[in-house]
Amino acid sequence: MNALNTTQVWIAIGLTVAGCYLVKLAGLLVPAQTLERPLVQRLAALLPVALLAALTAQQTFATGTSLTVDARAAGVAAAALALVLRAPFLVVVGAAVAVTAGVRALGG
Amino acid sequence: MAEKTAHPATRDIREDPSAGTAGSGPAGAGAASKPEAAVVRDALGVGVAVGLSGFAFGVTSAGAGLTLLQTCALSLLVFTGASQFALVGALAGGGNPFTAAAGAFFLGTRNAFYGLRLSQLLALPRPVKPFAAQWVIDETTAVALAQPDRRSARLGFTVTGLTLYVLWNLTTLLGALGAEAIGDTAAWGLDAAGPAVFLALLAPMLRTATERATAGIAVVLGLGLLPVLPAGVPVLVAALAAPAVLWARGRRAGKRPEQEEETAR
Repeated sequence: MNALNTTQVWIAIGLTVAGCYLVKLAGLLVPAQTLERPLVQRLAALLPVALLAALTAQQTFATGTSLTVDARAAGVAAAALALVLRAPFLVVVGAAVAVTAGVRALGG
Repeated sequence: MAEKTAHPATRDIREDPSAGTAGSGPAGAGAASKPEAAVVRDALGVGVAVGLSGFAFGVTSAGAGLTLLQTCALSLLVFTGASQFALVGALAGGGNPFTAAAGAFFLGTRNAFYGLRLSQLLALPRPVKPFAAQWVIDETTAVALAQPDRRSARLGFTVTGLTLYVLWNLTTLLGALGAEAIGDTAAWGLDAAGPAVFLALLAPMLRTATERATAGIAVVLGLGLLPVLPAGVPVLVAALAAPAVLWARGRRAGKRPEQEEETAR
């Protein structure tokens, strides 16, 4: 699709590999009371909510640094509907892909 | 992989350790002396269902412009789905490697809390911990916590971890190869797979007003700041919705002395 700078991608991969592994290991090694403060636990539970919400919105509406409403919005709306209907994970993703492709094929 | 199961896991983590054997919810359904075959069956079920979504990651990553080697390296070495999706999404959006990795890292921090509980539950020997750490993710935690005793928990953790690791990497490879064969992934609507995965992970987390408020503020920040800040940064700013909402809630609950947010200030 777009040309990414290979070195930059590898730097990002290296940082992510190190960071994600170290937090996993930290959980197994640190003394229990360090992470067991209720406020820390609640923040840890809420952080993914904020990140996932922002990521969902951006990847649905962002084109570069501008906001657009295109076929992806229809696809993600279909995924939302599938979630409301309690569809399995793969059906949710499949619905988004199929509807986005369909809308694009129709010139949306 | 499917942080879909994040919820049961995080919920169990906050419960009393004995709750699992007390027969509360699905965790207690197995009751005492669970046969080995049943543990393996549970673990395989979770592993297979979730491992398949690696296909979506392979396609998304290849569609974002990562090479086959880069895509497979992520699944082999990062092995925590939401972080992987976030990283390739941020890179495709033009983010620099540091902000992209920061977003992925923050999504991965919840694994530390899973590790904390698993450490007590599995009582792993110290030399084993560096190896077991890579499998400390949503699904292995959910399965291990659902077992009635340490032996079953260790078995559940190992079988789920192994199944997921093999399938997640295999399906990543197939997805990336498939995307390369397809060519223009956007024409097939595959650029909608990433946001759909995030939405599927997010939906079960929106249980209370606190989570919904956090998500709402994060969306506004993430979209509102997109045109004005460098790529990748708006997501990190949006993450501040979490402490902001906790702070505001703690302030409102400040009149009630039993709330620990008050003592934290």
